[in-house]
Amino acid sequence: MSLLVKLLAQRIALGLLLLFLVSILIFAGTIILPGDVAQQILGQSATPEALANMRRDLGLNDPPIKRYFSWLGGLVQGDLGTSLTSGKDIAESIGKRLGNTLFLAFWAAIISVPLAILLGLIAVRYRERWPDKLISAVTLASISVPEFLIAYVAIFFVSVRLRWAPSVTTINDSMSLSEKLHTISLPIAVLTLVVLAHMMRMTRAAILNVMQSAYIETAELKGLRTFTIIWKHAFPNSIAPVVNVVMLNLAYLVVGVVVIEVVFTYPGMGQFLVDHVSKRDIPVVQACGLIFAAVYIGLNMVADIVSIVANPRLRHPK
Amino acid sequence: MRIPIAALIGLIFTFAYFFIAIFAPWIAPYGMAEVVSRDVWLPPSSEFLLGTDNLGRDLLSRMIYGGRTTIFIATAATILSFTTGSILGFLAAVLGGWADQAMSRFVDLIMSIPSLIFALVVLSVMPVTVPVLIVVMGLLDSTRVYRLARAVAVDINVMDYVEAAKLRGEGRGWIIFREILPNALSPLIAEMGLRFIFMVLFVSTLSFLGLGVQPPQADWGGIVKENADGIVYGIGAALYPAVAIATLAISVNLVADWILNRTTSLKGGRG
Amino acid sequence: MSDKLLKVQNLKIGATVYPPGEKPHDIEIVHGVSFEVEKGKVLGLIGESGAGKSTIGLASMAYGRGGVKITGGEVWVNGRDILKTTNSDVRALRGGEVTYVSQSAAASFNPAKKIMDQVTEAAILQGKFSKKEAERRAVELFQKLGLPDPENIGNRYPHQVSGGQLQRCMTALALCPEPDLVVFDEPTTALDVTTQIDVLMAIKEAIRDTGVAALYITHDLAVVAQVSDDILVLKMGDMVEYGSVDQIINNPQEEYTKALVSVRSIEHAEKTPTPEPVLKVQNITARYKGTNFDVLKNINVELHPGQTLAVVGESGSGKSTLARVITGLLPQSNGSVHFAGRDLSKDLGGRSKEDLRELQMIYQMADVAMNPRQTVGTIIGRPLEFYFGLRGAEKRKRIVELLDEIEMGEGFIDRYPAELSGGQKQRVCIARALAAKPKMIICDEVTSALDPLVADGILKLLLDLQKVEDVAYLFITHDLATVKAIADSIAVMYQGEVVRYGGKTDVLSPPFDDYTDLLLSSVPEMKLGWLEDVIANRKMESAGN
Repeated sequence: MSLLVKLLAQRIALGLLLLFLVSILIFAGTIILPGDVAQQILGQSATPEALANMRRDLGLNDPPIKRYFSWLGGLVQGDLGTSLTSGKDIAESIGKRLGNTLFLAFWAAIISVPLAILLGLIAVRYRERWPDKLISAVTLASISVPEFLIAYVAIFFVSVRLRWAPSVTTINDSMSLSEKLHTISLPIAVLTLVVLAHMMRMTRAAILNVMQSAYIETAELKGLRTFTIIWKHAFPNSIAPVVNVVMLNLAYLVVGVVVIEVVFTYPGMGQFLVDHVSKRDIPVVQACGLIFAAVYIGLNMVADIVSIVANPRLRHPK
Repeated sequence: MRIPIAALIGLIFTFAYFFIAIFAPWIAPYGMAEVVSRDVWLPPSSEFLLGTDNLGRDLLSRMIYGGRTTIFIATAATILSFTTGSILGFLAAVLGGWADQAMSRFVDLIMSIPSLIFALVVLSVMPVTVPVLIVVMGLLDSTRVYRLARAVAVDINVMDYVEAAKLRGEGRGWIIFREILPNALSPLIAEMGLRFIFMVLFVSTLSFLGLGVQPPQADWGGIVKENADGIVYGIGAALYPAVAIATLAISVNLVADWILNRTTSLKGGRG
Repeated sequence: MSDKLLKVQNLKIGATVYPPGEKPHDIEIVHGVSFEVEKGKVLGLIGESGAGKSTIGLASMAYGRGGVKITGGEVWVNGRDILKTTNSDVRALRGGEVTYVSQSAAASFNPAKKIMDQVTEAAILQGKFSKKEAERRAVELFQKLGLPDPENIGNRYPHQVSGGQLQRCMTALALCPEPDLVVFDEPTTALDVTTQIDVLMAIKEAIRDTGVAALYITHDLAVVAQVSDDILVLKMGDMVEYGSVDQIINNPQEEYTKALVSVRSIEHAEKTPTPEPVLKVQNITARYKGTNFDVLKNINVELHPGQTLAVVGESGSGKSTLARVITGLLPQSNGSVHFAGRDLSKDLGGRSKEDLRELQMIYQMADVAMNPRQTVGTIIGRPLEFYFGLRGAEKRKRIVELLDEIEMGEGFIDRYPAELSGGQKQRVCIARALAAKPKMIICDEVTSALDPLVADGILKLLLDLQKVEDVAYLFITHDLATVKAIADSIAVMYQGEVVRYGGKTDVLSPPFDDYTDLLLSSVPEMKLGWLEDVIANRKMESAGN
């Protein structure tokens, strides 16, 4: 048992270390690059006074290390700084939007994960037959088109032509859950489709890999029914790879959500981030970037932890 | 040698796209930013085969020039990502030790941030120009090529024939270029197709978000952004790039699949 | 038909192949095979790779692996043709009437489930026994098969027991539902020789005690001679000879069977040592980076010009590590390697081109020892170019000479390795080593991946070449028959040490130390009743237990 605990502790420590290093990288990404950041923000026509003010506001006159640690110190206490463009507290502006984004991502995950596993199983069960080929063709098509285009195609046909769902998806607190869900049904559908394709392909591969193991042949030669073989022999060994696939693709959802929010003008973190990149509002970009990266790192960590826990060699050491 | 029909279709389309991209100025009926009509979003007609866009420009010409931009940026970024990624990946595999550790851990770090998010962070302080886009996309993506190249090279590096070459006294150059590279080429070329598709999607996404190619220069992602407002009026101008990107991506995919299959069967990996 | 347990008539089996550059198509891999097994009897299926023996074994369970399909003939088990019966009847057959033991128990056990659950599963699901009865029977079988702690071993997971033990568990799995027939598919091939003998004995006793019938599939005639009543010899999907074990071993009729029986009968007289050895390994101690365990402990051996030193041992004995130290791939922590009158640098980088040229190496897996993207000409030509600067016509002439020496000829010069057979590949590797005109070649298990007859050909070639080229061999192997065939002197290695060393005749003559005795006695001999004699006369338990 101690080996397992040790590995888990190591993995969690690694996740935290990674997060720390990523914070350096994100901070460095916005200062080391060539060019005067203040100039970039204000444009060529800026007056010297305005540039000086901007540099002071950004703290550019301090050495980078000092700036990094004061930024990090703030982060640890939940202080993300203030926005350059609006002057508002970033944590306050983000809080609400983060909730909205998670709401959207949550529902997309709730639908796509079981669906992907189910379709993956169907594809494996009818391997090389028409259900498998159909699923493969559809997924190939959908991973060949960027998310935003799938979204517009959906809006064009479902929302404009058929008028089944709204294309603008502003939600607020006064709406009931069902109203909210109806409002965001289209972005959920698009996100689901995007994630589904990847997730289902990888699930299929993971289960297929298990099904080709020698111990599945042993089970077949014991005269077991196909269902028993899948349930008792393939399933316990598929948990780890499938959970891994699911987590990796949920991380993919993190990126997908940014674009989808812009398309549907959904008031979430992604739209907020893109908006402030255009405005070159660096403190906001840093904060949002770090939060997205943290979610991504967290999901990858969960995936690894599940693999460790599900490995019989580690759970039952010699 | 017989080429399967799917791969043949893929090859034809891929070549057609590159041909159009290279000869865009001679193929496009109108100029890239030329306003040809006072009416915006005209439906397709014999004069304007795909109709006009949100500013009354010929949409077909925009699509052709847009393809040129998108394919150029994607190709340049793919080349950058491949040269950087595969050279460093091979080096890491052959050198091993701390050089490998340092490079691999750094790549792990970069890859722990989604590329789109990282690109957005960097682009918030950089001037958004075509060279900057190519460098940012190429370098970010080189991490994936690095991982693949390193993994493939590590696999080959432990083969007995490489050991035999080392025992013969061969230099590093011979080992990399004559023993490892010829065997690593086919998985890398197949991956190149996938990376290229990813670059097309990536640059289109950035342009769509307004952080890629800047107007009036045309590119496929930008065309979507420019014409997106028409969608709610039932005007499909913004959807043409979807067709273009999808056919290009699927064609390249088919070619890549074929290359990969051909090489696995050469190694006898399937029989 | 009901007097026979298993009756196979004119069985034909096909498979789909995927040749490069061609459309996948079906070929026939078993061409009309017939045999029968009576209750309680053991039939040995023997043949080299590609003979179709495993495929036939699985067909007796109405099973085709991968793209394999049974295309014709009849397979009668307990009085009905199982190729024409219902799906549910086939399920009742598998795991009930007929069970299976595979070559790799490690892969055939589900890593996520306890051994006991897997051993009893078929018996319970087929309704033969209750869970309690099945578990009691499993414990009895564990005991019968000589597994340690039979009461509790079932509670372990597959990765928690050794390879030899797991192979016995697999046998218990097959015997647990009280089947009428067990298909043993190379059950001891993956094991070390001293472990193999114990598992073989355990299987033999279990078969005897339970009265079960068996199909015993192997490539090793000496092994099958110990357990079978009858033997069927197969070659490329055809029946070659079918008879009682006594007839096949002592009075084979067909040329192919005779060749299999007389394999490894190469005679080679020991040469006397010369005053000046070409290789002198002194006090070598070595360990792998990052470990604190010596894999080689104080090794001292010598090899004389034009002679062969066989280094023999089981997996983990350190014999391949010794080769790595001599070639400079693993610098030793202590001791020296003296070669051709000079001290060799510890690591590869410090050795001169001449050092490297005079010391060549041949590998076990010829497949991966040659770059698949280079032609035979390039592979053999590179050392000529690299060491002697040969170019153009001169180089080609020498390549052709070498191809003639390995009995292949000029026609192969533009072929790629994938177009060669296993034996041809190994020959090309030999030619590549000879191209450098070495004083010594290290041969690392060069014949163990080959079929016996092909391996014999390679050994004969090596002996002939030794006479012509006057080259010394350091021959690393686990196979004592090979050692007897070609060695002048022998070093027996066990757990990183040389436990016995000297001229061939001395090493192979009593009195023996315990390990050498175990090792020597474990090599299956083509002799009926050999297994029982050995088990009765042993001094030491084998390492695999």
